[in-house]
Amino acid sequence: MNLAIKDIRHGLFRFVLTCFGLGLLMTVVLAMIGIYNGLVADALAVVRAPAVDVWVVEADTQGPFAEASAIPADTRDAVARMPGVAAAGAITYQTVEAPYAGRTLRLYVIGYQPGRPGGPQRIVQGRGIGTSHFELVADRKTGLVPGDTIRLGRNRFAVVGLVEGMMNSGGDAAVFVTLADALALQTELAPAAERVQAARGAVPVKTASVAAVVAQVTPGADVALLTDTVRQWKHLAALTQAEQEDILLVSVVDKARRQIGLFLGILLTVSAVVIALIIYTMTMEKLKQIATLKLIGAPDRTIVGLIVQQALILGLSGWGIGLTLILLVKDNFPRRVLLEPFNAMMLALIIFVVCLLASGLGVRAAMKVDPATALGG
Amino acid sequence: MAPGDILIDVKGVAKHYGAGETRVDALRSVDLQVRAGEVIALLGPSGSGKTTLLNIIGCILAPTAGQLALDGETVFDGRWLRDDLRRLRLDKIGFIFQAHNLLPFLTAGENVALVLDLAGAPAAMGQARARELLDYLEVGHRAGEKPAHLSGGEAQRVAIARALANRPRIILADEPTAALDSQRAQLVMDLLRKLAAEQEACIVTVTHDEKIFDRFDRLIHLRDGHLVQT
Repeated sequence: MNLAIKDIRHGLFRFVLTCFGLGLLMTVVLAMIGIYNGLVADALAVVRAPAVDVWVVEADTQGPFAEASAIPADTRDAVARMPGVAAAGAITYQTVEAPYAGRTLRLYVIGYQPGRPGGPQRIVQGRGIGTSHFELVADRKTGLVPGDTIRLGRNRFAVVGLVEGMMNSGGDAAVFVTLADALALQTELAPAAERVQAARGAVPVKTASVAAVVAQVTPGADVALLTDTVRQWKHLAALTQAEQEDILLVSVVDKARRQIGLFLGILLTVSAVVIALIIYTMTMEKLKQIATLKLIGAPDRTIVGLIVQQALILGLSGWGIGLTLILLVKDNFPRRVLLEPFNAMMLALIIFVVCLLASGLGVRAAMKVDPATALGG
Repeated sequence: MAPGDILIDVKGVAKHYGAGETRVDALRSVDLQVRAGEVIALLGPSGSGKTTLLNIIGCILAPTAGQLALDGETVFDGRWLRDDLRRLRLDKIGFIFQAHNLLPFLTAGENVALVLDLAGAPAAMGQARARELLDYLEVGHRAGEKPAHLSGGEAQRVAIARALANRPRIILADEPTAALDSQRAQLVMDLLRKLAAEQEACIVTVTHDEKIFDRFDRLIHLRDGHLVQT
């Protein structure tokens, strides 16, 4: 006879309500884990998007993500001619705000040279950029769909394709445009401002600057040698893909990551305390019944089983509810919530251990119960 | 063991709490024998030691001195002679409580079958025994009900069935009629007398209920830890 199940069924509504409350707490814990993962994944997604081996940036900077970097666009030609380089492309990054469907979209504009490294790797809907100007490929999170048009700067762009999971570390969804359009977006002034500059006799900047030149190397090429060679050019610095990812994680998202990690730790501690309190309270409410069980001869394992089984059912039900809820709502979060099966399993393991420890408090209280308290007098 | 033989044998049992000036003697060298088929009452004012004596016979409380034998087995002689007192209680003693103390999350039938389940009997055997006892106590039709849906009298009969489930020969009852009206109290006592006779068991009851005094074979008075038999 399983007393734990019988007791749960007896007070099913209350137990389900408790599980649901715990489930909501687990939802928050899982959301924090997902946001934490999402932050890292978003940051890395933009770095990994070009699928390159080497980043050539401005000397003495850790650009283009950790610091501003500006190098002449024709650096690409020099890099492309280096031994071991299979392909190279110039790339720019900038954040813009653009009106769309009555709201303002904050977009991370990536300018690249179609046919060269730096563009989107996988188009999930529509096609890639096919013309030199005024087409863009957007991340699905922007809400744009192929066929839409959107004004960026002085020009209107047609959305021709969609990608997924392309965000910057701030959570702004990316759009890919041609390098020429991106440079125009950076440098072109509004008509009135342009007239003022012309009246002042100001000379327009002729030399285009890009944020970085990215390069893919040929199989077997020595990446370290390539970066060392680039560094010999005093005005340039070169980073491998791994170095770029490290910089991003250490410099750009580290504080946010630690903040979320700390908050996650606090949440897990609160969850552990809540679970312990619930289980302890459930046990204290049953002390008279436990005394009766002891008096009529129930062995300790029966009483321990009653408490531990209920604790585990409570904890794992809460985990299940939490996991279900977060899977249902995660796509509605403004930032990416990325949950890996490993995270859910680790949380289940943590909850399992917490429930065991928490039921230890209840078991301790139950073991202290004097069976004589079941009798009056 | 034949009917009429001694099932409870208390010899020189004493129990005191504390030491020195704060010492309280709850029981002072009590001797008591209860035979199979006997139904006795422990009477006395509050603090007289009747609950202490009931707890000692129920192997819940260790005496300070003396001997205790249950159903022919010496279980205490200056110390407990059995390691597993809960198993001893499960095998030899049935308890009936003032407030029935049925587990609220089990049905009447499950409350009775639980005792056999704890003793390791197969579930089918427990269910059959529960049906048999509940039918015998005329509450078989309420076997599927939870205690909250039983009347006071029904719940107490289920509690009696639970006390008898493992066929113990010693039944200890703590104010078993306190929650019942006069008529039901008489019925419960008649039932206990009948069970004691049929099952060759003895019943030791702590009670203050004067209306049922005539249902006992002996009234044992306790006063200041001393036993006064009437």
